[in-house]
Amino acid sequence: MEKKNSYSRRFFIKASAALGALALVPKYVSSFYRDIKALIVPVKEHINLTVSVNKKPYTMQADTRSTLLDLLRENLQLTGTKKGCDHGQCGACTVHVDGERTLSCLTLSAMTVGKEVTTIEGLSEGDDLHPMQEAFIACDGFQCGYCTPGQIMSAVACVKEGHTGSVEEIKAYMSGNLCRCGAYNGIVESIQKVAQHETI
Amino acid sequence: MRPFEYVKPKDSKEALRAKTPTGAYIAGGTNLVDLLKKNIAVPHQVLDVTQALSDKITLKRSGIEMGAMVRNTTAAINPTILEQFPLVSKAILAGASPQIRNMASIGGNLLQRTRCPYFYDTSLPCNKRAPGSGCGAYNGENRMSAVIGYSADCVAVHPSDLCVALAALDATVVVQDAQGKKRSILFKDFHRLPESAPQQDNTLPEGALIREVYIPKNAFHKHSAYVKIRDRDSYAFALVSVAAALQLDGNRIVAARLASGGVAHKPWRWLAAEQFLAGKETNATVFAEAAALAVQDVRPLAHNAFKVDMLKGAIETALQEALQA
Ligand SMILES: Cc1cc2nc3c(=O)[nH]c(=O)nc-3n(C[C@H](O)[C@H](O)[C@H](O)COP(=O)(O)OP(=O)(O)OC[C@H]3O[C@@H](n4cnc5c(N)ncnc54)[C@H](O)[C@@H]3O)c2cc1C
Ligand code: SF4
Ligand code: FES
Ligand code: FES
Repeated sequence: MEKKNSYSRRFFIKASAALGALALVPKYVSSFYRDIKALIVPVKEHINLTVSVNKKPYTMQADTRSTLLDLLRENLQLTGTKKGCDHGQCGACTVHVDGERTLSCLTLSAMTVGKEVTTIEGLSEGDDLHPMQEAFIACDGFQCGYCTPGQIMSAVACVKEGHTGSVEEIKAYMSGNLCRCGAYNGIVESIQKVAQHETI
Repeated sequence: MRPFEYVKPKDSKEALRAKTPTGAYIAGGTNLVDLLKKNIAVPHQVLDVTQALSDKITLKRSGIEMGAMVRNTTAAINPTILEQFPLVSKAILAGASPQIRNMASIGGNLLQRTRCPYFYDTSLPCNKRAPGSGCGAYNGENRMSAVIGYSADCVAVHPSDLCVALAALDATVVVQDAQGKKRSILFKDFHRLPESAPQQDNTLPEGALIREVYIPKNAFHKHSAYVKIRDRDSYAFALVSVAAALQLDGNRIVAARLASGGVAHKPWRWLAAEQFLAGKETNATVFAEAAALAVQDVRPLAHNAFKVDMLKGAIETALQEALQA
């Protein structure tokens, strides 16, 4: 791997020097150079990264293409975060990145280096569920449960952001999380319950 | 997804220098990652510009400057924007979902690709994705498509809400080209009409970066409104949308700004209606006449004639709401 790499570089330097001598306009040299570099120099398709998930650092080698969602589920076996659409349209994959709700299916894992990721597994403290998890149980905030981890992560953020002034506001700020079972009323109730508790 | 190299330049200079012809910048990733997964974007190199570009909002004497990396949510809840440029916030909050707005950048919002279903389905013809393959939507399913400014080669609409507000407010886009030269492009000249080259969405030079978006202070900010009509109340792209802004002197309109989303390949300014409104009194009849004037030029396709009346109503409502703002 290393060898091939250095051979290609040497070849590329020779090739580009020859081409550079031929070209007269400097602007073309640089774009030529980049063109050829893109073709010849082997692309590094794997990177070493350290990602902090639920306050624990994980170091691994990952494909540059991997999304945070796939990294969580496939590399770290944190399967609480769900894959619904994989295209940003359903919210099932919602996690918190540096405290902000984020779609893990549209996040490249390479871009989460140096950030703190919180998943549904990181909400509870030992056996003590997070108040939002308790509220979802108490208010029937789910049926099949597939959208639920994403709903709960989004709901926690919704309360933190202060978008709980009315049912309409809650619905608007939870619209990024779809529920095919239609547990919406229970979800709104859960959020109201937690929001009320937090303002007392 | 095709394999690619991931690089994270420290500053814009390094980003511009590192970018190869087959490279793609990534900011929030909410559009690019989707396009990567569908093999519609197939870069060999992905350049993460989250560190290279500014995420600052700066109030200047003559206007406000938003760095390209300012997240949509950050802009929408910024106190200065809420107070002095509220139309920007209204338009952003009418789009996408809280999660996507948290991720999406201002620069990326301007450069997001169309949501035309033919563009996203690689088994169907689309000139924007595969130049020369034909436009599937023109004679196909075109309910969501354009009603003005289109060509037989492409009838797609620009999906952004923010851009409609920026068009109405005469914003400028500060870009830096591959040679490092910075310049400003007027917002009205930033996005293109499809003509015979729909693969080109905008006038951003090849390899260039968006550095900032600048919105001038003017007399339009106080009385402004954004009306968006969509298939569901939230988390859907516009069927039609209208940004309206009025400069008033008592109950007389000094000047007006009217722009729409969901109608054309770029955020569309209704210039004839704007001219008509200047000097008129603010009343429902005048607003209705302005709306009628705007839709006069509209040419709907087979499945979107409904957009004409919808647009008329949205313009009247937006003007009314701007007056009351
Ligand atoms: C389900 C869904 C619903 C949505 N609904 C709406 C909606 O209702 N209204 C709306 O307005 N938007 C909507 N969006 C779109 C969303 O707003 C855009 O995807 C987002 O603004 C893009 O910003 P980004 O930073 O994530 O861009 P990225 O995906 O990172 O980049 C988009 C493009 O811009 C380029 N780019 C990014 N930054 C720069 C820069 N500074 N200089 C040069 N090139 C750059 C990239 O190379 C890429 O080609 C929706 C998206 C999804 C997935
Ligand atoms: S309207 Fe434009 S984007 Fe849609 S199929 Fe036609 S060419 Fe492609
Ligand atoms: S899986 Fe991410 S939004 Fe659907
Ligand atoms: S509980 Fe089944 S999808 Fe929401």
